[in-house]
Amino acid sequence: MATKTKVSEHSVAPPPVTTSYQDAHEAHGDHDHGHDDHGPLMHHFDDMVQQRESITIGMWTFLMTEIMMFSGLFFCYAFFRWKFHDAFMLGSQQLDINLGTGNTFVLLASSMTMAMAVHCAQIGDRKKLVAYMIGTLIFGGAFLGIKGIEWSADYHEGMVPHFQAFGSRGNWDETGQTWRTSHHAHEAGLKAGPTPEGYVWDYKHKKPVKSEEVKMYFMLYFCMTGLHAIHMVAGALILLVMILMAMNGHFGNGNDQPIEIFGLYWHFVDIVWVFLFPLLYLIAGFHPGGH
Amino acid sequence: MVSTPAEGLGLSSRPAEEVPAAQGLTPQGETINYLNATTGIRSWLFTLDHKRIAMLYLISVSLMFIVGGTAAGMVRIDLLDPQGFLISPETYNKMFSAHGIVMVFFFIIPAIPAILGNFFVPMMIGAKDLAFPKINLFSWYLYIVGALLVLGALASGGVATGWTFYAPLSSQYTTGPIVFVALGVFVAGFSSILTGLNFIITVHKMRAPGMTWFRLPLFVWGMYATSLLQILGTPVVAITILLLAVEIVFKAGVFDATKGGDPVLFQHLFWFYSHPAVYIMILPGMAIISEVIACFSRKPVFGYRFIAFSSMAIAILSFLVWGHHMFTTDQSPLSAIVFSIISFLVAIPSAIKVFNWTATLYKGSVRLNTPMIYALGFIGLFTIGGLTGLYLSSLATDIHLQDTYFVVAHFHYVMVGSTVMAYMAGIHYWWPKMTGRMYPEGWGRTAAVTLFVGFSLTFMPQFIAGYCGMPRRYAMYDPEYHVMNVLSTAGATVMALGYILPVFYLLWSLKWGERAGPNPWRATGLEWQCPSPPTTFNFDKTPIVTIGPYAYSAEDDEIQDARLDMERAEMEFAAARAKIAADRERMQLEEGHSPENEAVIAQAVTGNAKSADATGATGKENPYGN
Repeated sequence: MATKTKVSEHSVAPPPVTTSYQDAHEAHGDHDHGHDDHGPLMHHFDDMVQQRESITIGMWTFLMTEIMMFSGLFFCYAFFRWKFHDAFMLGSQQLDINLGTGNTFVLLASSMTMAMAVHCAQIGDRKKLVAYMIGTLIFGGAFLGIKGIEWSADYHEGMVPHFQAFGSRGNWDETGQTWRTSHHAHEAGLKAGPTPEGYVWDYKHKKPVKSEEVKMYFMLYFCMTGLHAIHMVAGALILLVMILMAMNGHFGNGNDQPIEIFGLYWHFVDIVWVFLFPLLYLIAGFHPGGH
Repeated sequence: MVSTPAEGLGLSSRPAEEVPAAQGLTPQGETINYLNATTGIRSWLFTLDHKRIAMLYLISVSLMFIVGGTAAGMVRIDLLDPQGFLISPETYNKMFSAHGIVMVFFFIIPAIPAILGNFFVPMMIGAKDLAFPKINLFSWYLYIVGALLVLGALASGGVATGWTFYAPLSSQYTTGPIVFVALGVFVAGFSSILTGLNFIITVHKMRAPGMTWFRLPLFVWGMYATSLLQILGTPVVAITILLLAVEIVFKAGVFDATKGGDPVLFQHLFWFYSHPAVYIMILPGMAIISEVIACFSRKPVFGYRFIAFSSMAIAILSFLVWGHHMFTTDQSPLSAIVFSIISFLVAIPSAIKVFNWTATLYKGSVRLNTPMIYALGFIGLFTIGGLTGLYLSSLATDIHLQDTYFVVAHFHYVMVGSTVMAYMAGIHYWWPKMTGRMYPEGWGRTAAVTLFVGFSLTFMPQFIAGYCGMPRRYAMYDPEYHVMNVLSTAGATVMALGYILPVFYLLWSLKWGERAGPNPWRATGLEWQCPSPPTTFNFDKTPIVTIGPYAYSAEDDEIQDARLDMERAEMEFAAARAKIAADRERMQLEEGHSPENEAVIAQAVTGNAKSADATGATGKENPYGN
């Protein structure tokens, strides 16, 4: 058995079998699957083509389940936006459009570096591969950092329903039921009209809007960006592991598929943001941002 | 010596199976198979073998079935008295909730796909394993985590929401560890998604050469359709349950009408998954029945393509009918009408299946083995369950029947009467393949009939009580329904017996059952070409498929019967010869040689040989060249 393994390791097709079955482990115990020329062929596949195609379709199918998962939230968003149109406009105006736009570009940049990483993996340029993956990680981290800053500002300005935070611009009152003022609109010289209990004043359209409805916007905003951020964090962690693996010599010699598969995931998470950004930040048209 | 296990089939079977050369022996002298290839607890907990993972599922799903069944038993016993006498009304609510949650999410959804599908989809298509063995194992761990979360929550007080978790009941009006239950269901949902994903890729990419789509066994088609539902529906309920958790923890108000939210939105999101989930439960059952009916009628399935496509049609339609759970909500009349019409449409593919199975039976040489009794029970009960579904999908009658025991009886006819019967049929049909042992046929038939009788006695009265207006989910009821409830509980007792019996004789068969041989049912299909139990990699060589899945024919059976009869006669003849030789030797030893003795012996030999010739043919005369 040992001699057989040696032979297949160096010259002959099919490529060496690596498997996690115990008996097979004994047979191929110390065979390092990272360094052969075609990547490891798992025992239950007939050939590399079958394996590659299976894994690729597997990832696309997984992404389909992800789409269905996000679609539940998008449906809620569509429903409530239809129901509470004015409140959603008002809520959208409270977001910091500069941070949102900046983050969009940061994330698109990360997608570009990821695409470059996939290309480098395919041509076997491991140095550039590692560099581009680190770039992707930095951009991804920057996105999460900016998102964190934005959330923290949201929190301090009292835009997080349920938590009673007090900040500069507006906040929920003590009961958590009514959202009071828009500091920014005050500065812009807009005047509030008479606001009944449980309503907030929409300065742009000069009418009161139910604060519960604005709260619904923010609830969905946090759910959607939160779920997206969870996906980003998961992606960043996987990316970190892959960078370490690449530095240890993986993925360079024809075994580029893991990079490609991860790239699919990363682009998917990007695309989700590409939908989130206009739906959350841009629906009220142009509005001055900044805290 | 291996005995003849298929006596009940009414077919002769090969007396002794040779061990395939590649199989080899363990140190204990048993043939090596997936069960004994490696030993120790680690070899099971870290296994990547789809068959072992299926066995892990079998054990864990069965344990959850016991939990859910116990809860159902408490409910039924409490209902013996109109006022309830066993448990408080609050506990009653928790009991039926526990029953529903455990049975739906931890028994019936994973049962057939994760156990039988896991075991047989790769074998049926001629693959060594599922496409992603590690994900397969991971999904089992997800199932365990989900199950532990739910069991923990049930142990620490339970929830009284029903299995549907309707808001605002679940979000505002009940206390208890509802978030943990939700989390458990969420995690188990991902187990289901990953299983479905695995099957889809496996069916697309792992088929053996020549295994075209229309040569796939209908079991695989059913699993494929199920998997589509799992990957498309389950993520939606996952996010819904997550939103419910956010609703409870952060008082989000998404489903709270007092905060501008919409409780019906929860129902829409929930049933968008949970109606397809009903088909996640029934499609695998139908998939098993197609296999069993064909095998025990000794005929190819009638209308193969129609059955295959009707599975897909059910899968697609199932995504368009969720609104029929909400006819009594504020859903608009127009959408109610549309949902009603599409719900009626589901009856078409379902009926196609039933008619095709019946047509398969027609002029078949039907053998009433245990799996077949379950399967025939399935057809009857599913027909009742399906047709009463039409009562509920028509708007006017549904207003009357909504939330009565009629609904309870209807979906139990589909989920228990159909799916669980099919599951039992499948377990019995493939038990010899999974374990290498035959169960005792007589006990099997007894259990199958017991289950059918018990089931009918349990749920037929519920139709009547429900039609008369008895509401579901109430701990107490009007005395006019007393008789029906007593009947129902009596039936449940019989049904329990029908479940307990198989546990005993199946476990018994593991040690004392007859050895099955590779193909005790003389079934077609690649899984029956492997040894029983199969080896770890199923096939020594990837099989090449040249024919469709149901190459049953009565003529072939007769030819094979004749051939096996001849083999047996030949063996008897050889035994007789050996006996004569031994006799002769003994006589020679006893009486010594003498011309007189020789003459007697010679006469005896000719006489015996002639009688042996009369009972069976000799090897040389065998026309089939054995």
